[in-house]
Amino acid sequence: MENLLEIKNLKTYFYSENGVVPAVDGVSITIKKGETLGIVGESGSGKSVTALTAMRLTPGKVVEGSINFNGKDLLTLSDEAMRKIRGKEIAMIFQEPMTSLNPVFTIGNQIAEALKTHMNFTKTKANERAIELLELVGIPRPERIVKEYPHQLSGGMRQRVMIAMAMACNPSLLIADEPTTALDVTIQAQILDLMRDLKKEHNTSILMITHDLGVVAETCDRVCVMYGGKVVEESDVHEIFNNPKHPYTQGLLKSIPSLIDSEEETRLYSIEGNVPIPGTLRGGCHFAPRCEFAMNICHTEVPSYKEVATGHFSRCWLHEVEDEEVQNEANIS
Amino acid sequence: MLGYIVKRLLQLIPTLIGVTLFAFLLVAAVPGDPAQIIAGDSASPEEVEIIRSQLGIDKPLYEQYMSYVVNILHGDLGTSLRSSQPVLDEILSRFPTSFILTVMSLIIMIIVGLIAGIASATKPNSLRDNVSMMFSLFGISMPVFWMGIMFILLFSYYLPWFPSGGSTEFKHFVLPSIVLGLSASGVLARLTRSSILEIVNQDFIRTARAKGLKEKYVIYKHTLKNALIPIITIVGMEFGILLGGAVITETVFSMNGIGRYVVESIQFRDFPAIQGSILFISTLFVFIILLVDLSYSVVDPRVRYEN
Ligand SMILES: Nc1ncnc2c1ncn2[C@@H]1O[C@H](COP(=O)(O)OP(=O)(O)O)[C@@H](O)[C@H]1O
Ligand SMILES: [Mg+2]
Repeated sequence: MENLLEIKNLKTYFYSENGVVPAVDGVSITIKKGETLGIVGESGSGKSVTALTAMRLTPGKVVEGSINFNGKDLLTLSDEAMRKIRGKEIAMIFQEPMTSLNPVFTIGNQIAEALKTHMNFTKTKANERAIELLELVGIPRPERIVKEYPHQLSGGMRQRVMIAMAMACNPSLLIADEPTTALDVTIQAQILDLMRDLKKEHNTSILMITHDLGVVAETCDRVCVMYGGKVVEESDVHEIFNNPKHPYTQGLLKSIPSLIDSEEETRLYSIEGNVPIPGTLRGGCHFAPRCEFAMNICHTEVPSYKEVATGHFSRCWLHEVEDEEVQNEANIS
Repeated sequence: MLGYIVKRLLQLIPTLIGVTLFAFLLVAAVPGDPAQIIAGDSASPEEVEIIRSQLGIDKPLYEQYMSYVVNILHGDLGTSLRSSQPVLDEILSRFPTSFILTVMSLIIMIIVGLIAGIASATKPNSLRDNVSMMFSLFGISMPVFWMGIMFILLFSYYLPWFPSGGSTEFKHFVLPSIVLGLSASGVLARLTRSSILEIVNQDFIRTARAKGLKEKYVIYKHTLKNALIPIITIVGMEFGILLGGAVITETVFSMNGIGRYVVESIQFRDFPAIQGSILFISTLFVFIILLVDLSYSVVDPRVRYEN
C-alpha cells in the first residue's frame, strides 16, 4: 500500500520565558492509504501537538523534520496552499464537541462553509449537501438540524456534526483527536461505529489519537505508543496487545480493566509516577524514572529505535541487552 | 422573535412607571418651597399661594403624582418657567441637534474604534498594535473640552475649514462629531481588541481554521460575531449618553442640544423643564437598552432561547 502521510523526525518545540518545551521530540509516523493508525499515550505525551503540527495549526515551532503528504512537504508549502489542504484533503475533529462548534452560527452554515470554500458550491447546493452529510452521520431529521444552533444539540450529536463537517469534502486523511473522550460510553461506541463505517465506505485514512486502548483495539490497524514527545513502540494492533515489548506499553495494557481478571479481585494496575512535564526531561529514556526494569544506562542514554520483529519497533535498552545475551549464547555454543 | 419583542415591551411598563416616579419625586424632594423660589423673595404670601395652586403642589403627594402621570400621557410635560412654552416643545425643538450629533459621533466611533481594535487584535504586540493602543489611550485620557478647543484652534482658527460653533447646518456638526467620536472610539478599540483576542483562542476558531477557511472569514465571520456582544453594549451605552446631551461639547461648540438645555434649566431653577428633561432622557435610555437587548438576541441565539 502507498504511504499517504509520512512524518519524519518531527520536532515541535514551544518557547516560553521558562524555557523550551520539546512537546514533540523526534516523532516519525507513517500512515498508508486506507489505514487507521492509532496514537496512544497518557495526556501530555505530545499526541495533539503532533497532529496539529501536521495541520500547521500549532503555535509551537517546528525545529526539525518533514511531513510528506501525498508527495507534498506540508512544512514548506505556502500558507495559502496549506489552507487549501486543510478541510479538503486533511480534516480534523477534536476532543471537545461542546466548544468546537461556533455558538452563533447554525449547524448548516458551519457545514456549508467547507463546501463553499473548497468545492465552490453555491449556497443552496451547499445546504442540500449539508443535509445529506447529516443524514450520513446518522442525525435524525437533518432538514431541521441544519437550521439549529450547536447549543440545541447533545454532545454526541455535536460530535456527529463535527464528523459530518470533516467528511464534507471527502478528505483522504481524517485526524481524530480523542473524538470520544468527552462522551458517554454508549455514545462513544456509536461514534466509533460511525467512523468505522465511514472509513469503509470512503477508504479514508484515519489518524486516531486516544489515551484509551479500548478505542485502539476497536478501530486501528497499526498503533504508535507515545511517551514524553517520542514514539516508544509501534506495531500492528494485534502485536501490541499480544506481544508488547516496551515496558510502558506493557504498563498501559496492564492498566486496562479486564473482565477475565475480575474474579481474582485484583486491584487495577497503574503505572507509578506521573507523566513527565516536557522541558524538565534530561537525557536518557524519558520513561526510565517510572520504569520497573530501569538500568543505569536508561537514565543517561537514549535507547535507539529497534525493529524487534517484522514491522514491530520499540525504543528500549532491554532489547539491546537481550540481543547481547543472544549473541553471547551464540558465541558460547 | 416577535413574541420575545412583545414580552420585552411589556416588561418596560414597570420600568417606565419607575422613571416617572423618580422624575416626580426628584422635584417634590427639592428642599424649600418651589412656589416661594419661583415667586421670589419680595412676593406676598397670597402670590405664593396662587403659584402653589398653579403648580398643583397644594394637593397631597399621591394626587399630584396621579395628575402628573395623566398629563404625561396627554403629552404634557408642563410649562417652562423661563419661557412659558410647553417643555415638550422646547425639548423636541432641541432634540434633532442632539440626535444628529449623536448619530454622526457614533458612526465615527464605530468606524475608528472597530478598525483600530481589529488592527490591534490581528497582530497583537506588533508596532501596529502599539500605535493603535497608544492613540486609543490618548482618546480615553484627553478631556473632551480640551480636544474640542484644540480642534477649533486647528480647523476653524488656523485652517478656516469649519465654523467654530452653531447647530443649524451640517458643517456645524463636523468638528463636534469628530471630537466626540474619536474620544469614544478609544474605549471601543480597546474593548474590541480584548474581545477578539479572547475569542481567537476558543476551540471553535481552531475548528474554523482546520476547515481551511480563509483567515478573513475566521476573523470577520467567526471571531467578530462572537465579539459583538460587548461591542454592542458599549455602543448602546454611548448612544444613550450622547442622546441625553453632550453638555460639554454642546457648550464648547455653542450648539443648541438637550445637554445645554438641561444645564440652563438647572441654572434657572426651571423645575418643570428639569423634570421634563429627566423624564425624556430616561425614557430614551430605557428604549435604547431594550434595543441593545434585542440586538443581543439577534447576534447570539443562546440569548433568544434562554428567555
Ligand atoms: N500552546 C502551547 N504552548 C505551550 N506548551 C504547549 C502548548 N500546547 C501543548 N503544549 C505542551 O506540549 C505537551 C504535549 O501536549 P499535547 O500534545 O497536547 O499532549 P496530549 O498527548 O495530551 O495531546 C504538553 O506538556 C503541553 O504542556
Ligand atoms: Mg491531546
